[in-house]
Amino acid sequence: MIQAILVFNNHGKPRLVRFYQRFPEEIQQQIVRETFHLVLKRDDNICNFLEGGSLIGGPDYKLIYRHYATLYFVFCVDSSESELGILDLIQVFVETLDKCFENVCELDLIFHMDKGGLSAAPARAVSAVKNINLPEIPRNINIGDLNIKVPNLSQFV
Amino acid sequence: MPAVSKGDGMRGLAVFISDIRNCKSKEAEIKRINKELANIRSKFKGDKALDGYSKKKYVCKLLFIFLLGHDIDFGHMEAVNLLSSNKYTEKQIGYLFISVLVNSNSELIRLINNAIKNDLASRNPTFMCLALHCIANVGSREMGEAFAADIPRILVAGDSMDSVKQSAALCLLRLYKASPDLVPMGEWTARVVHLLNDQHMGVVTAAVSLITCLCKKNPDDFKTCISLAVSRLSRIVSSASTDLQDYTYYFVPAPWLSVKLLRLLQCYPPPEDAAVKGRLVECLETVLNKAQEPPKSKKVQHSNAKNAILFETISLIIHYDSEPNLLVRACNQLGQFLQHRETNLRYLALESMCTLASSEFSHEAVKTHIDTVINALKTERDVSVRQRAADLLYAMCDRSNAKQIVSEMLRYLETADYAIREEIVLKVAILAEKYAVDYSWYVDTILNLIRIAGDYVSEEVWYRVLQIVTNRDDVQGYAAKTVFEALQAPACHENMVKVGGYILGEFGNLIAGDPRSSPPVQFSLLHSKFHLCSVATRALLLSTYIKFINLFPETKATIQGVLRAGSQLRNADVELQQRAVEYLTLSSVASTDVLATVLEEMPPFPERESSILAKLKRKKGPGAGSALDDGRRDPSSNDINGGVEPTPSTVSTPSPSADLLGLRAAPPPAAPPATSGAGNLLVDVFSDGPAAQPSLGPAPEEAFLSELEPPAPESPMALLADPAPAADPGPEDIGPPIPEADELLNKFVCKNNGVLFENQLLQIGVKSEFRQNLGRMYLFYGNKTSVQFQNFLPTVVHPGDLQTQLAVQTKRVAAQVDGGAQVQQVLNIECLRDFLTPPLLSVRFRYGGAPQSLTLKLPVTINKFFQPTEMAAQDFFQRWKQLSLPQQEAQKIFKANHPMDAEVTKAKLLGFGSALLDNVDPNPENFVGAGIIQTKALQVGCLLRLEPNAQAQMYRLTLRTSKEPVSRHLCELLAQQF
Repeated sequence: MIQAILVFNNHGKPRLVRFYQRFPEEIQQQIVRETFHLVLKRDDNICNFLEGGSLIGGPDYKLIYRHYATLYFVFCVDSSESELGILDLIQVFVETLDKCFENVCELDLIFHMDKGGLSAAPARAVSAVKNINLPEIPRNINIGDLNIKVPNLSQFV
Repeated sequence: MPAVSKGDGMRGLAVFISDIRNCKSKEAEIKRINKELANIRSKFKGDKALDGYSKKKYVCKLLFIFLLGHDIDFGHMEAVNLLSSNKYTEKQIGYLFISVLVNSNSELIRLINNAIKNDLASRNPTFMCLALHCIANVGSREMGEAFAADIPRILVAGDSMDSVKQSAALCLLRLYKASPDLVPMGEWTARVVHLLNDQHMGVVTAAVSLITCLCKKNPDDFKTCISLAVSRLSRIVSSASTDLQDYTYYFVPAPWLSVKLLRLLQCYPPPEDAAVKGRLVECLETVLNKAQEPPKSKKVQHSNAKNAILFETISLIIHYDSEPNLLVRACNQLGQFLQHRETNLRYLALESMCTLASSEFSHEAVKTHIDTVINALKTERDVSVRQRAADLLYAMCDRSNAKQIVSEMLRYLETADYAIREEIVLKVAILAEKYAVDYSWYVDTILNLIRIAGDYVSEEVWYRVLQIVTNRDDVQGYAAKTVFEALQAPACHENMVKVGGYILGEFGNLIAGDPRSSPPVQFSLLHSKFHLCSVATRALLLSTYIKFINLFPETKATIQGVLRAGSQLRNADVELQQRAVEYLTLSSVASTDVLATVLEEMPPFPERESSILAKLKRKKGPGAGSALDDGRRDPSSNDINGGVEPTPSTVSTPSPSADLLGLRAAPPPAAPPATSGAGNLLVDVFSDGPAAQPSLGPAPEEAFLSELEPPAPESPMALLADPAPAADPGPEDIGPPIPEADELLNKFVCKNNGVLFENQLLQIGVKSEFRQNLGRMYLFYGNKTSVQFQNFLPTVVHPGDLQTQLAVQTKRVAAQVDGGAQVQQVLNIECLRDFLTPPLLSVRFRYGGAPQSLTLKLPVTINKFFQPTEMAAQDFFQRWKQLSLPQQEAQKIFKANHPMDAEVTKAKLLGFGSALLDNVDPNPENFVGAGIIQTKALQVGCLLRLEPNAQAQMYRLTLRTSKEPVSRHLCELLAQQF
């Protein structure tokens, strides 16, 4: 199960935070900070998995992350998820955002929270993808009024 | 700003957002927001009824304001109104607002629940999905209470649309994870299993997630899912990449569903039905075969999807652990990944191999990759990968490669990341102990550990080395020599000073013959470190000094001078001051004999679980130590190194109850909180930690000086005047011993201390000592629960005519044992004449109102009253011949149950109580022993001979004693030990 999805920039400023487990806001902030420090010190091009920080549950949880330009996408999952599967989910998620915003960048996440009247579009996009539990390429994603066509996924990295 | 220009219907919202974005300052933004809030408030309060569109627009604005970080305290009602709209967009915004801003306002919750109920019943799939998503997104207990019963119905209803079923399954999963008690199990569970056959892959995926979670609690209810999952998996795996169309992801058919199915199968043991099993094995083989095919695409998604299935397949193979052929193939596959250029795959391969290493079928196959793994440890750039490599080395370690692995890990430690140093230290310490063939290597390794990473060597590690050195007299001299050399380094770690101080204090005499390490040299070396150390270490060193006075009388004057110095006698630290004063006085007033008794060498430590292992488990969570724990693949290791067998010395062991200063009127109560840091230092050498076995160790001062009172075996026995205390109930009151009682008893034939019994409620530990025909036993009853035991009554019973053979006097214990607490019971034992059956220990108590009773055999066997006797070869043979009557001899030929290791056998025979006589038997492989069994009425001389035959894995054991039943009984007891 996915415990949390954290998106923050290279300076640790959270851009999108979604917890699927209840934590008080204060702890959520600490988790973001802790996670940021864990991934920040890692070089690019090394492995995308690491053990979770103490706040989110320690070694029982894994952090699976990808780093795109100025943004870190970190998924915190328990042992019931396939690491490679989640890694791919991040890819699909970012590709979806890319389709959503034509060319996704950090600013889009900040300024286009309103797109289509959906203040939490990215979060919902994630829930949509998560809700279908990765059975397929999301060829058709229905997020509210938005109908996103994802015809041919291009190589993102 | 594309969003503004597009203006898809809610122009007011777009304008508002654009205004906010154009604000130059925080103040301007707040002003704009307040203006908008006032506007919305007036609209909502206005007389004119708002249409759906306006409501939606204003609710959106509120939501936006909330997400900017402002509190919203109105508008909830309007949002709830939107829920009952028939327009999708309005309803959806309503649900969005509820999901983001729900609170437990009771009035609203009722309305919201009502709206959700209506939508669930609406038969409009879009509305049903919206409602289900809202329930899942909120996921609170209240939601569960309201809807947990409805959702299963929707899930299995024949007419539900696929998308609804899918949402219902995931929604139910969410509620079940949040509050499992709210989801009622029922006949729907059987129908959920059949969703695995559904046409729609999305429904299948959602159902697998749900079943995987549910079946962990009720595996039997969902058992039928195995065959369905296997057939589904087999259809996917064998399908061509074009068959599944939308579900083919970069040429891999339905990868994530396959992963989930493989996960589900890992919840169960291998299928019993041969046909199902055959089909599954075929699937697994197909996956392994496909891994060897060239990739169909260069894209990373293709390889990720393919490998995700492969890793899950390997996990399943490891989980089944029954197909040697598949296990070896899995291992080879992982071996390929170890060298893969993708770091992620190397990481996962190391992780999977770690679990593979504990399987007996593949352990050897894993070992062939040792060089690759060591290389990974040295060259990987990524700390997470290196950590996995260290884990794997730990898991694959066994006797054959321990030296290599330990030395590699030590080398790695010098450059290891700070974050994982402590863990590596623990692992090295455990491996070194577990696989030590000769203990000098072990001592070297631990001292190296302290030298390289002293800061990360926790107390448990150096306590353990002291325990082992104290318990094994063959390594003491070497240890003393090595620490002496290590201490000569100009800068050495404080932990090294501690270990050095303790070992030299105990065994410094073993190296005193060498002029380079003569007593004054030893002392000045230690004392040169004294001023650089912390209080705790100084306290330890002071104890070493007083021990030196006993070991080396020639140092007495110097040491007294040191103790007398103002810096000690008037030290600001009360612990140091007290030690200095007491030791100085002790050294001046006590006679040499008294001093020798007080400061005698420490007795062997009781055998128990390695405190280091316990610490590693704590650190890594349960199960972490299990790779090493289970002795399955190396059964010998547990016997030899799992715990150090205490080798009882022939000199009398000091009684732990001897009371030095009359301070200790009663045994220390359970779990005394550790007092000062310095005092703690010594207590902890004795016990694993304050909480583990609190009352096993006497208080620090007494421990070190436990024998001021000269050994007076008569005095405690005055208590034995009344051999049959009135408290003893007759044997008819107690039940028969539990089935394992004999086995538990056997464990204690050759040792005196350990855990006698343990279940979920209670742990019974034993510590005992015997001298001549007398013994004293401490029983420790630990309440493992958090609930108080009531009417707690342990009693000792003598079945048959044992009463005339053995007198056991017990002290009463408190009738209540608090949760987590431990009580101690003292038993005084006197052997009146030879006996064959052990006394019974009956424990009765009430736990949560239910009476519990338990009968065990008390670990008192006749051999406990053995007095070892040394004799020369010719005496032995003379006596052997004297006992030549056929009934005086008992002989047994039996198969070895444990590996035949001469050292272990020696330790066991010594533990049994007899002396071991060298150079008696012409065949050096054989063991010969002699001793006298001391009872009050008579003494029975015993001679024994054990002839191992390594080829046949057999032993021949011969016992000759002056009494026939004793011969037979001893023979039986001892034969079970090998």
